[in-house]
Amino acid sequence: MSQEANMRRVTAIKNGTVIDHVPAGKALSVLKMLGIGGNMSNPVSLVMNVPSKKMGGKDIIKVEDRELTQHELDRLALVAPEASVAIIRAYSVAEKLDINLTEEVVNVARCTFSNCITINPREPLPHRLVLTNRDPLELRCRYCGKTQDIEGLVDNLL
Amino acid sequence: MPGLITMDDLTNEEIISILDDAERLLPVARGEVYLPLLQGRILGNLFFEPSTRTRMSFETAMKRLGGDVVNLGDVKTSSVVKGETLFDTIQMVDGYTDIIAMRHPRQGAAQYACDSAKVPILNGGDGAGHHPTQTMLDLFTIRQSHGTLEGLNVILAGDLRYGRTVHSLSHALVRFGCNVTFASPESLRMPEEIVADLKAHGAEVVETDDLLGQINNADVIYMTRIQKERFPDEDEYAKVAGAYKLQSSDLDGAKAEMIIMHPLPRVDEINPSVDSTRHARYFEQAFNGVVARMALMCWLLGVDVPEDINETGVVL
Repeated sequence: MSQEANMRRVTAIKNGTVIDHVPAGKALSVLKMLGIGGNMSNPVSLVMNVPSKKMGGKDIIKVEDRELTQHELDRLALVAPEASVAIIRAYSVAEKLDINLTEEVVNVARCTFSNCITINPREPLPHRLVLTNRDPLELRCRYCGKTQDIEGLVDNLL
Repeated sequence: MPGLITMDDLTNEEIISILDDAERLLPVARGEVYLPLLQGRILGNLFFEPSTRTRMSFETAMKRLGGDVVNLGDVKTSSVVKGETLFDTIQMVDGYTDIIAMRHPRQGAAQYACDSAKVPILNGGDGAGHHPTQTMLDLFTIRQSHGTLEGLNVILAGDLRYGRTVHSLSHALVRFGCNVTFASPESLRMPEEIVADLKAHGAEVVETDDLLGQINNADVIYMTRIQKERFPDEDEYAKVAGAYKLQSSDLDGAKAEMIIMHPLPRVDEINPSVDSTRHARYFEQAFNGVVARMALMCWLLGVDVPEDINETGVVL
């Protein structure tokens, strides 16, 4: 299926953010990571499992009237590190942003290990996950040292 | 603040230097020489879960060196039951003491305390995580018997999944070029991330469920306790645990200098018939906890251990 057909699935937006090259099936996790749900009024368009030359299959998300910040986007590194992000203004791409997978992911998600000291929500120190491998993605909790369940991290977002 | 949370906090050179300090401190640990190197210093003993040897040997070590100790006491009568966070507890004890030894049921608690404190933290066990002060006394015991830490064949046996002593020890052994064999039931194998770390250090790791078949080639057998509660039922436990019990007749083909260690307490994984063999080292090992912890506290508090203890101290 052509790129044109993919784009026809969702209409162009006037202002907002387009997140492309999200791994197929991960769009809902991305929305969750960005805190985008039924509690906001901005229109959100989403296509899932469309063909992609680069990835085989991919998801695309368009959020209208909201420009995501670099800090918000960096959270996506846990589920969609290869995603490409464009800020749209007046139907044109005004900015292209990269998602940065930093050496330490601070206060994005809580450790997935059930006996980690950070399980107590009243403990005040930041949640710190240390990058130990980029591909495949591997993170370990700074405190307990446990390798993180990447899927589980989505459920542990802060 | 520097602390000892995992064995990664020490270089090999530092380990050797601390073991050398510990060796010189033996007469102090035995009560033969009085040497108040840590006079005026206070150790905070924070044991949030039961401990006999670790807590007592920390306390003995500090007192033998002329320092004092304050204890958290029974967790049930402390502010912990009122819901105090670990962070707050550490802030308080940090103000009362010069160094803290801590054991906690949650994994990662020691690193968390270290990030919260101004005084050094010594990890006395965090959940199924690490137990590096035990590793230091284990290394001391191995070197005492074999004269070296390098290139030995070491079997770690029993509960390798939840046994924090073997997690820290395996890291250290591999760094000294030891060959490690993990003998355990399938369900209690060494955690994957630890095996991955060891392999990243270039170690060849052998995993087996056959302990007895490995004995004749071993320089050290390090036994750990298999706990009943790790198994769904008692029959399953009895079936598995039986393969990880040593008795003196199992040692007939062992090397003469092979030693058997155990962090204690033991239940029935080492038969008392082994106690009187030339191989048993577990009680010396427990005593060595005092010198190892003396040397570690001196190191973390920046206090040099003198070369000639008999001249510096008072011979009793």
